[in-house]
Amino acid sequence: MRWLLLLCVVPALAAADEGLESTVRQYREALRDASPGELWVVTGEELFRTPRGPKNASLEACDFGLGPGVVKGAYAQLPRYFADTDRVEDLESRLMSCMRQLQGFGEEAFPRHARGDRRMLDFERLAAYVAAQSNGMPLAAPLAHPKEVDAQRIGERLFYRRAGTHDFSCATCHTLQGKRIRLQRLAQLTDPKEAQGVFPSWPAYRVAAGEVHTLQDWIAICYWAARHPQLRYGSEASVALQVFMARYANGGVISAPGVKR
Amino acid sequence: MKRLAFAVLLSMGASPLIGQDDLAQRAEAAFVSSFAGGDPAMLARTGVQDEVQRLCSEHRNSPPVALAQAIERTQRALIRYPASLIGDWREGKRIAEDFTGLRYDDKAGAPNGGNCYACHQLAPQELAFGTVGPSLLAYGKSRGWGVAAQQRVYDRIYNSQAFVACSAMPRFGHNGVLTPEQIAHLVALLLDPTSEVNR
Repeated sequence: MRWLLLLCVVPALAAADEGLESTVRQYREALRDASPGELWVVTGEELFRTPRGPKNASLEACDFGLGPGVVKGAYAQLPRYFADTDRVEDLESRLMSCMRQLQGFGEEAFPRHARGDRRMLDFERLAAYVAAQSNGMPLAAPLAHPKEVDAQRIGERLFYRRAGTHDFSCATCHTLQGKRIRLQRLAQLTDPKEAQGVFPSWPAYRVAAGEVHTLQDWIAICYWAARHPQLRYGSEASVALQVFMARYANGGVISAPGVKR
Repeated sequence: MKRLAFAVLLSMGASPLIGQDDLAQRAEAAFVSSFAGGDPAMLARTGVQDEVQRLCSEHRNSPPVALAQAIERTQRALIRYPASLIGDWREGKRIAEDFTGLRYDDKAGAPNGGNCYACHQLAPQELAFGTVGPSLLAYGKSRGWGVAAQQRVYDRIYNSQAFVACSAMPRFGHNGVLTPEQIAHLVALLLDPTSEVNR
């Protein structure tokens, strides 16, 4: 009798499980044609072109790696090494560098942490705008300069670094194949196929939050859930982890802002 | 994996600046500077790994057999017990469903949740369960609810690495996330014949 019951229960659960998964999938499909994230792209471009800061300059002359003023295709080659700052920068830390250099902003203009800081609103818009100018292009982060190689190795160590009350690392969740936390599907970020699908659609509109989140914000949220302290915005770990992820995500087609749960 | 990483480096034709011996130190420095200014207690705790965390990180959670056995042995010796191994399954249900506790914006001083549903299936009516850990549906039905079963479940929740070195499951008792009494309530949730898990 117990066996018979089990035989009935298991398919029913599997069906319910599949139902919930497909509901989320359908929602994403429905939103794809008119991503709410487009609003961030439009307001981001306006902000990008507006003279601001002590130097009253726009960001139009910012060099994202392809030369001053070249935005098209630039996000597809980030993170990368920049000679003027002598470090590896992702989109967000590069935006900060240009805001310092071109607009004269000081540290008080930048969020201390990605989460819960009003100053993030500008970065969400600017990042959405710049990223969207690489849509349709494959991600090709160079990973060739010695500092890019080092950043990738540091990112790799941080990815596997277990710490805190829950013994969590990024790898605890993101090296597993086809698993979920509650109903949230976990991306296996060390699998190129999955990484290519997930990584290049950041920045993304998160349905649960009702707003666009950047990659650094996403990483900070992961660390929050993993019982780590507040991740500093623009920090070395934020960038190094992206360089490590880009190793697997390279080749994935940029489609930003994506739509995520 | 290390060899693969090395091959990737070679194929890119760039030599890294940081030597293999300094890499661990540089990564630790990057960690500390990146979380500087965050919650001080959490920073103190995450900034320095304990030996098990360090070894599991170093071995990517696949330690060699001898090391795995040493971890399991030493972790088992550190398990502490409450007066009774089995508590109230209704309390256990609350703890299993509670996902809060020990994040930097959680209220300090309140009891922590176990957030068991993040990774495990438990009660049949709860469909929003994760799949990182095995399903625990009807757990007690096949295993009985004697003292031996109670001890096994208690130990496993208190310190999963006493059984599987570098397990993904948090060491709930060992790390002070849950109290021995809270764990006894979870034992009841899994083993009590009247618990919703075993209905």
